[in-house]
Amino acid sequence: MDWRLIKDRIVKYTFAFLLFIALGMVLLIFVGLTGKSLPLLQNEPIGQILTESVWSPLKGNFGFLPFIMGTVWVTFISLLIAVPLCTLASAYLVEYASEHLRRLVLPLMNVLAAIPPVLYGVWGVLFVVPVLSRYVAPMFGIDSSGYSVFAGGIVLAVMIFPIMISIMVQVLQTIPQDLKSASLSLGATKWETITKVVLVKARPGLIAAVVLGISRAFGETIAVLMVCGNVPQIPKSLFDAGYPIPALIANNFGEMMSIPLYDSALMFAALLLFVIIFGFNLISRLILNRLEGKN
Amino acid sequence: MHTYPRFETEETQNITQMALPHIEIKDLNVFIEGQHILKDINLSIPNNSITSIIGPSGCGKTTLLKTLNRLVDDGKGVEIKGSVLVNGEDIYAPHAEVTHIRKKMGLLSQRPFPLPMSIFDNVAYGPRIHGERNKAILKQIVEQQLRNVGLWEEVKERLDASATGLSIGQQQRLCLARGLAVKPEIILGDESTSALDPISTQTIENLLIELKKDYTIVLVTHILRQARRVSDYILFVYNGEIVEFGKTEDVLLNPQNEITKQYVKGFIS
Repeated sequence: MDWRLIKDRIVKYTFAFLLFIALGMVLLIFVGLTGKSLPLLQNEPIGQILTESVWSPLKGNFGFLPFIMGTVWVTFISLLIAVPLCTLASAYLVEYASEHLRRLVLPLMNVLAAIPPVLYGVWGVLFVVPVLSRYVAPMFGIDSSGYSVFAGGIVLAVMIFPIMISIMVQVLQTIPQDLKSASLSLGATKWETITKVVLVKARPGLIAAVVLGISRAFGETIAVLMVCGNVPQIPKSLFDAGYPIPALIANNFGEMMSIPLYDSALMFAALLLFVIIFGFNLISRLILNRLEGKN
Repeated sequence: MHTYPRFETEETQNITQMALPHIEIKDLNVFIEGQHILKDINLSIPNNSITSIIGPSGCGKTTLLKTLNRLVDDGKGVEIKGSVLVNGEDIYAPHAEVTHIRKKMGLLSQRPFPLPMSIFDNVAYGPRIHGERNKAILKQIVEQQLRNVGLWEEVKERLDASATGLSIGQQQRLCLARGLAVKPEIILGDESTSALDPISTQTIENLLIELKKDYTIVLVTHILRQARRVSDYILFVYNGEIVEFGKTEDVLLNPQNEITKQYVKGFIS
């Protein structure tokens, strides 16, 4: 056979092999995490682990509810801040801003996205936490150190701004000018056109942007760890400290071998994170598919 | 005062003298990113008739159409000098309110762009924006306009279905109904049939001919046969200038200008 054809075939199978290695990694991580979590799961039923709220490794109590709730609170707060802000900011950039401003802002977003998370953490500690503790919490008559899920949510929101805004801008730019003209020519204002036509038409893409933001928020570790307070309790208000799952793993990784079942518990935390992010992406993919099918 | 006898036949003068023209363009110059797209346009568009703007690609016909409802100013680097009077009111005056101007004109674009909502909501969109909340009235408007464009029988069972499910010809009629629902006085068509099949094209053309008794219609087209079929007046634009304006048969059968002659014979396209 011609050597060129053989080479072509070799390349094809090598590339396929490399692809399967990459995919296999994901599977391996899942299998590895499950294997390592088994000792904990054999010790206690999974339902109990997930709903138990007492966390004291020394006594052998591994209740994960505080960490799950910590993650949920922080993620939810960050989305509550980031989604409306990013939607409106990108609508402004696409529909109102001058070309000049747009060219200035979009590269700036990429710079923001490239800032290492630890710097956001430092900013959180030096700025967000004191402001919450000195000014915001007293307004509600609450005494708080500032290290709280609120601080985590704010820092996280700022961290997901760049990715959300740049994707949302890209999505909004795909809306055809003629569709906007159709609305404008009926006498609609720009604002009416944005809310009733542009954002509606862009919804699947905007959801995708939010999903990417959420995925980032779930997994973000260091910045959140620095400002959340890391107390294993279920947060009851914005100003309570929380302890998100990634922070749990990062904080205790060093000492996990010294206490029985502790390593297994941390691996279970990792598995939990893995499953949540995986499941979330799956569900959102399904939503996206359905929305796309509709249009 | 600028005079422009060259562009007015006796008939158009008579018409413009009878009633205030819906649209009157005075010394209009449009620049886009430094390029002089429209040059010294002076024109009165006759009421209750169809005027077709013809000319080769890139001559400025679409820009001319879009200056009439100020959609042109949404573009980048657009500079406009001169005035466009709609019912005697200069739409480029500093205090002119753009949504109010656009409401007077229905736009039918090249391809149909149904809004991302149901068939009913598409037609009700305009009236709702302009403050109509009464459900019974909205229902009545929607039915009336859908009947107007001959779509009612085809869609009455699925008014709540997404408008994107309609065929492209139906979508274009829906867009026309949507435009008519805000009670415009003028209909602007930008090569409105270029994406349609022959039968849908004919439906739209017949609709426009029927609608001209109530509306002043301005169409941009690059199909001469269409211009001949539907229009009462023809405006030939070349390189951003008005070359000839007159009754359809005069311009097409007996063009005065050498360039018009060449275009009509198909030497320029």
